[in-house]
Amino acid sequence: MIAQLGRRTVDAVKAVGRFGHFVSDMGRALPDVATWGGLTVVQMRRVGVDSLPVALFIAAFTGVVLALQASYTFTGTVPLYFVGTLVGKTMMLELGPVLAGLALAGRVGASMAAELGTMKVTEQVDALETLAYDPQSFLVVPRVLAGTLMFPVIVALAILTGIATGWLASLVLLDLSTQEFLKGLKLFYRFKDTWFGLFKSATFGCTITLVGCIVGLATRGGAEGVGRSTTRAVVYSAVLLLVLDAFWALVLLR
Amino acid sequence: MIQFADLYKAFDGKPVLAGVTLDVQDGETMVIIGYSGTGKSVALKHVVGLLQPDGGDVIVDGRPVSTLDRAELYGLRREIGFVFQFAALFDSMTVADNVALGLRRRRLSEDEIDERVREALALVDLTGTEDRLPAELSGGMRKRVGIARAIALRPRYLLYDEPTTGLDPVTSAVMDQLMVRTREHLGATGIVVTHDMRSAYAVGDRIAMLYEGRIRQVGPVAEIQQTGDPVVRQFIEGRPA
Ligand SMILES: Nc1ncnc2c1ncn2[C@@H]1O[C@H](COP(=O)(O)OP(=O)(O)O)[C@@H](O)[C@H]1O
Ligand SMILES: [Mg+2]
Repeated sequence: MIAQLGRRTVDAVKAVGRFGHFVSDMGRALPDVATWGGLTVVQMRRVGVDSLPVALFIAAFTGVVLALQASYTFTGTVPLYFVGTLVGKTMMLELGPVLAGLALAGRVGASMAAELGTMKVTEQVDALETLAYDPQSFLVVPRVLAGTLMFPVIVALAILTGIATGWLASLVLLDLSTQEFLKGLKLFYRFKDTWFGLFKSATFGCTITLVGCIVGLATRGGAEGVGRSTTRAVVYSAVLLLVLDAFWALVLLR
Repeated sequence: MIQFADLYKAFDGKPVLAGVTLDVQDGETMVIIGYSGTGKSVALKHVVGLLQPDGGDVIVDGRPVSTLDRAELYGLRREIGFVFQFAALFDSMTVADNVALGLRRRRLSEDEIDERVREALALVDLTGTEDRLPAELSGGMRKRVGIARAIALRPRYLLYDEPTTGLDPVTSAVMDQLMVRTREHLGATGIVVTHDMRSAYAVGDRIAMLYEGRIRQVGPVAEIQQTGDPVVRQFIEGRPA
């Protein structure tokens, strides 16, 4: 029992050490712009194309549901224009970033882990090294940068979509006027709502891609190993994302 | 000269290399034979610093590989071409881009790169495949692209990991021919890891057998063919135990 606990602790410490090593390797690769510059653009396009449809789809339905749930909850005691407040705040602060983030953990994180995992087990990563390329600047930096930069953009569009469908639902299903919806939307709005959500998204994007890359490059054992890495990347990044979400709420919203 | 100097390597406490010592002279082709899973690939990867030894080292032209810093290591890798067992081509790049990748890193002019890519592909008889993707090629062709990618860099050393494994006998013989041709063309020193004895005899000057983590015997091809060592005999004759 104690031996097992000890081993777990050692493993955990080792994992943190590896992570630190990985991040410092990334730092070392940063000056090598010539290598990662162009590749980052390619990855940004890919992250965008991969994730935008899914993120917008989720946001669209979430907006409608939020509007309906708000009016159901208020049942006449709270003025109905608060529907606008609730849809706006919830989309911006929480559901926009988190739902899109979870969807992207499944799409982007998994595909990066699978791709890098395959490259690892087929020795493509070794081949890069022998051609005097640094896998950190060639593979990791472009992906993590793309995730960090693209994610806020995707989430911003998701938030707008969710608010738009929430507004449409209010018009059509709740007999709320546009003026009233906007009044509610503006009521408790603070600029912080916007930057908090987008900043959070950037950290999610960074986390998801970083986990995808680390797990992918640590792949061992053929096709089976790639499969394991893929699920592992999704699970780890989803868990980390939720922890990070709570962390930012604690640090920035209190 | 490439020297394996008392090289030790273990994975998860399981020793794979237990004191490998072997000198590869300039200009020769050394064939390393041995059973699957004995650590031939592991030994080869130490030469280019893809793995760190647990003890001993590989010394290339007097430089102990494991002590080199990153810049020095990249400098060393420029002199060594590595041909991977399954070619390890980049799936998303065309044949030409695969071959050009290492050259781009050296900031050669595009004209020079085109020229070298054409020359390397011609040497492996793959002229005309420039715009194909690796997935569209047969296993033998992929391996030849892997060789082209290595020789385009005009390295002084060429390392081949199981160049003929998984190929039919005729394609294997073509690979052997290519290795010989490449060596004449570049004058490169070679290490060929294989368990294909026909190939070993065809391309090797000397043969070394890796067995239980050490070099069991090393000598010129003719000497190995006449060996009295029962372990080596059994392997080269392919007899079941
Ligand atoms: N990166 C690694 N991590 C753990 N074990 C490894 C690694 N690379 C090789 N091994 C193990 O080392 C042994 C020798 O492998 P290898 O050198 O590939 O054999 P071969 O002689 O067939 O090329 C095998 O048991 C293999 O499982
Ligand atoms: Mg091998």
